[in-house]
Amino acid sequence: MVDKNEFLTILAEITGEDEVKEDLDFPLYDSGVLDSLGTVQLLVEIEAQMGIQVPVSDFDRDEWATPNKMLEQLEQLK
Amino acid sequence: MSTPYGAPVYFLYLAVALIPIVVGLMFGKRLLWYQNLVTLYFLYLTFGGAHYKQGIALIIYVLWQVLLVGGYHRYRSKKNESSVYFMALLGALLPLVLYKLLPAFHVNPSMLGFLGISYLTFKAVQMVMEIRDGQIKTFSMRVYIQFLLFFPTISSGPIDRYRRFEKDFENVPEREEYVTLVDKAIFMIFLGFLYKFIIGYYLKTFGVNYFEGALLDNTSFWNLLMYMYSYSLYLFFDFAGYSLFAVGVSHLMGIKTPINFNKPFISPNIKEFWNRWHMSLSFWFRDFVFMRMVFFLMKKKVFKSRTTMSNVGYMSLFLLMGVWHGLTWYYIVYGLFHGIAICVNDAWIRYKKKHKNLPSNIFTKCLGIFITFNTVCVSFLIFSGVLDKLWHH
Repeated sequence: MVDKNEFLTILAEITGEDEVKEDLDFPLYDSGVLDSLGTVQLLVEIEAQMGIQVPVSDFDRDEWATPNKMLEQLEQLK
Repeated sequence: MSTPYGAPVYFLYLAVALIPIVVGLMFGKRLLWYQNLVTLYFLYLTFGGAHYKQGIALIIYVLWQVLLVGGYHRYRSKKNESSVYFMALLGALLPLVLYKLLPAFHVNPSMLGFLGISYLTFKAVQMVMEIRDGQIKTFSMRVYIQFLLFFPTISSGPIDRYRRFEKDFENVPEREEYVTLVDKAIFMIFLGFLYKFIIGYYLKTFGVNYFEGALLDNTSFWNLLMYMYSYSLYLFFDFAGYSLFAVGVSHLMGIKTPINFNKPFISPNIKEFWNRWHMSLSFWFRDFVFMRMVFFLMKKKVFKSRTTMSNVGYMSLFLLMGVWHGLTWYYIVYGLFHGIAICVNDAWIRYKKKHKNLPSNIFTKCLGIFITFNTVCVSFLIFSGVLDKLWHH
């Protein structure tokens, strides 16, 4: 299992929005909270802290649109 | 006839040729042999006859890319050395690089070049990168050739993604979905007529051409301004019109090629502009250049400050985009100009995060749109090359 709290802490730290911890359907890209740079930072932290490698190429924003969807994707990649 | 969608008769041929494909898809069947014949015919219209040299260049190019990508895929299923990856990347880029660089050494590269070479290169390079990342596990030479030679988008995009294309190509849409696609396609193609052949045509004739003449006669601020606006609008209507044709025809063939423009001139900032202008190109650069580069820089901790790193990333990205347009000073300056604009945009976003009490209302939004539109127009003025003409006048 992916450590949900660990992931949400990383996400909140990078986005600077605590709301992403409460509202797991928060639209990260549509709201402008995450951009390319934030995404890369997130991927680097996920790899360093959680040990899950996410390929950068063709990172599909629809599949990673919300905290919930991200958790789903990470679960698959683990 | 050479450029696709260039002349009315091209549309007539298209309409006739597409009927069996559309009927087939309505009944849940992709008539592959017939579709291949149509593809050959339309490729012949563009790359045959007087343009046969381009046709030969295209055949050699496709053979090269198929051997290269196929070979790399075979290798990658066993091993994964970085050096081989870089060789494969260079190999995929080589024809385009030679084609762009040879003129600087006074060698005529005509045997290498054909309409759309830069767009096909985007497709080949992404294959190598995705094979390296292990995202393309099964590689079919047949689908890859179809992907490269998909005639509706061959000359100027939109740039599709292999895995997305493969899914559409190997499946036939449900009838309900296909009817919606046809519906959208017809709307897009007619909107394309309006954009390219009516609005674009008038802007070109009575705007761009008129003010260019006026400007060369009399370099006044007014003429420059009017040239800038008419050229910028022309650029949009002409290219968006073309893109609507390309996406519309793809839809009729059951391939959901991504759209290229989404009301770019209402963007409230430059970052948003690049999410709405020539989208398939900017997303390609975002996914395959910018994110990879920043990922590397961040992991290796090359720069201490996040701001420096993103600025370096943006400047290199847009410089590369400028160079891609051509090795001419105004394309390169155009790239750098957009790089700087994005860095300024980013600095403003950081400032806004620190000062949360700044006003944000309909007026500031309109101001944002106004500033963005004019910044973009200035960049297109540089891009147009008219300043070069004025200089040498």
